[in-house]
Amino acid sequence: MIPELGHFALWLAAALALVQLIGGEVELRRKDDDAALRLLVPAAIGQALLCTGAFGALIWAFTVSDFSVLLVASHSHTEKPLLYKLTGAWANHEGSMLLWVTVLALFGLAAAARATGPGGRFRVRLIQTMGAIALGFYAYLLVSSNPFLRLDPAPVEGRGLNPLLQDPGLAFHPPLLYLGYVGMSATFAFAVAALLERQVTPAWGRAVRPWVLAAWSFLTAGIMLGSFWAYYELGWGGWWFWDPVENASLMPWLAATALFHSVGVLAARGALKNWTILLAVLAFSLSMVGTFIVRSGLLTSVHAFAVDPERGLFLLILLGIYVGGALILYALRASTVNEGARFRFVSREGALVVNNLILSAILGVVFIGTLYPVALEAISGERVSVGPPYYETALLPLIFVLLVLMAAGPFLKWRLADLRAVGARLLPAFVTAAVLALVAVLFGLRGVLAALGVAVAGWLGAASLLIVLGPRARRLSLSATGTALAHFGVAVTALGIAASAAGSIERTYPLAPGETARIADFEIRLDAVEPWAGPNYTSVRGLVSAAYDGNSELLAPERRAFVNPMQVTTETDILVRPSGNLYAVLGDGDGEGRWQVRLHWQPLVALIWIGGLIAAGGGVVAAFAGGKRRARERREAAA
Amino acid sequence: MIRRLAVILPLAAFLLFVVIAIRGLDSDPSRPIESGMVGQPVPDFELEGLNDANPGLAASDLRQGTVTLVNLFGSWCLPCRVEAPQLERLAASGAVVHAVAIRDETQDVEEFLAEYGDPFSRIGMDPRGRMQIEFGATGVPETYLIDGDGVIRAQWIGEIRPENVEEILARMEALQ
Repeated sequence: MIPELGHFALWLAAALALVQLIGGEVELRRKDDDAALRLLVPAAIGQALLCTGAFGALIWAFTVSDFSVLLVASHSHTEKPLLYKLTGAWANHEGSMLLWVTVLALFGLAAAARATGPGGRFRVRLIQTMGAIALGFYAYLLVSSNPFLRLDPAPVEGRGLNPLLQDPGLAFHPPLLYLGYVGMSATFAFAVAALLERQVTPAWGRAVRPWVLAAWSFLTAGIMLGSFWAYYELGWGGWWFWDPVENASLMPWLAATALFHSVGVLAARGALKNWTILLAVLAFSLSMVGTFIVRSGLLTSVHAFAVDPERGLFLLILLGIYVGGALILYALRASTVNEGARFRFVSREGALVVNNLILSAILGVVFIGTLYPVALEAISGERVSVGPPYYETALLPLIFVLLVLMAAGPFLKWRLADLRAVGARLLPAFVTAAVLALVAVLFGLRGVLAALGVAVAGWLGAASLLIVLGPRARRLSLSATGTALAHFGVAVTALGIAASAAGSIERTYPLAPGETARIADFEIRLDAVEPWAGPNYTSVRGLVSAAYDGNSELLAPERRAFVNPMQVTTETDILVRPSGNLYAVLGDGDGEGRWQVRLHWQPLVALIWIGGLIAAGGGVVAAFAGGKRRARERREAAA
Repeated sequence: MIRRLAVILPLAAFLLFVVIAIRGLDSDPSRPIESGMVGQPVPDFELEGLNDANPGLAASDLRQGTVTLVNLFGSWCLPCRVEAPQLERLAASGAVVHAVAIRDETQDVEEFLAEYGDPFSRIGMDPRGRMQIEFGATGVPETYLIDGDGVIRAQWIGEIRPENVEEILARMEALQ
């Protein structure tokens, strides 16, 4: 019964999305903005409640293990811990698309209820566009990915969940990532509404800014969680693999990063209008392209739940309608938007343009690297894979320049900056960078590139701290505080990347119990390899003791054998110390008592994720900037 | 003009993406990726020897007119122990087998050879896996069949199994 209610709620939600699209059009023809809003706002709210209800129904089916629902039978099992019964609801194709649409509907609700913007007609267009996007994805769910399909007769037991996905990280990674991906839909709708109503104005820039920042913060946190999950669950010791699916989340992130910087220029100075609109369209388009790449089976990855060309085609058609439609609208209207104010190169605006150029270049590199293998195969049938050497060679110089310049950006004034004054204020950051690099080299850091990396991280970190702790800190706006925090987070991440890339050591030893080995400052000993039973798996656990400075810690990397479905996973164990991580993986045995033990020493690697979360926090702080002005605008609109 | 191009460019790029995607939907992504180097001459490389007694391995050693096998292995790699008897059989049947030790250290390799046998004519050390990347190898062990002119003719991904030995010898015979 409850699954049927969920299914029914989805149909009703789709109907309300249709009301948003058509009803908005009818009322706008009658030139009655207020009547349109009286219709559309409740429709958007109702749509969100119904869709959330449908998602709740699916969660309920998973919680009680209702195997008469095909999706539950295929992806759950009574013996699974409760947490993984819940997360099982979105650890599959249909359920995760339902989560996707639910997040979309909730953003639609937020946009209907809270968004400000230039005029009533603009708001109608905004809610209408959100409804149009939702409508396509409801159609996709109901026609080709119905999560509520029944199974008759119901099996007594389910088929279980992919063991790789039975991990607490997976409970939060998809929802956060979707909040980021789908959050860009609001930005997209802002852009479409602005193009339709010819309202690309500074007021539009101020209105869209918090939406971009909020989605960006979620996306940042989601990517960081995904990276951390890959780091400890997949057992390769790396934190980023340039996997197409990772790139699919990185591309909208890069576009969104460029976007909120250019939105700043539009809001403050009325410049970069076309460019900002294009980025707003691109950020969500790339999110949808990412969803398409992952879900169509176009590329292989752990995320490709259901390889089904028909679904891929359906998604591609949706993509064609939304992205193609928005880009056609852009091509028609962009030439009619006046380009806005001109400015000098040495200014805040100029620096933000450079920021945008570099970010776009990075985006281009990632886009080509991700799609080149697909394109080559489509044209010549040849199969290649593009690996880290391509990305590292192409991106490192760009990232270096970006990090050096972004330290100075917040110190520049709008219109025309005095470089000499900025240089004087940045002197302490320069000294910090030099000292930090020197200390790192004294501590044994090797390599010019690594030393440069540490210096650049120090430069950016110190420059960002100067803003928060400097003499002008008291009068700091929320926006400037958020910027400083986010930039500081990037510096922390950069330090983690430089130190771990330069200082990482990887060793694999075939060890019999009792044998010892060395890595970095650790004396490693395989004490024993023993079987043990977990809640829904059996495992072989290696007991590895790591001795250092007179201490000894026990690590227990495992190989887990799951029965439902049959699969072996490696569970790493990580010793986290302030100076770095010791990462241990238990590999294959040779049947004669020896086990492959792989060890990684990774100095300061944890800073990568800590920095990412700091940056996301900075985005949240900046999103609240201008809140008073927006509240006043809402009151005025209501009055 | 440039302005109009800039406005249409994103649309054109997107259309290109759609065309590629439609063609890509028909392909099977689970096919393993073979090295693009099969059929190509070996890339230039020159690796140091294992120790003073060993001359090392360079691309020129593979262009001497004899058909050779190049085996990528590591002392740390357990499947490499499993394939050691097959490599011995190949060498005993007259095949020239060279080796490249990937991400390894001299002492470990020496111990490995002492325990599992040393059928190799030459052994090159590739401590950072550079040669491995240039050969288009994805892991260890991998074995390459190279003709007398130094052209890569075949690649075996994973360990050589007992049933592969005859096939390899026949292919080497045919190329000689």
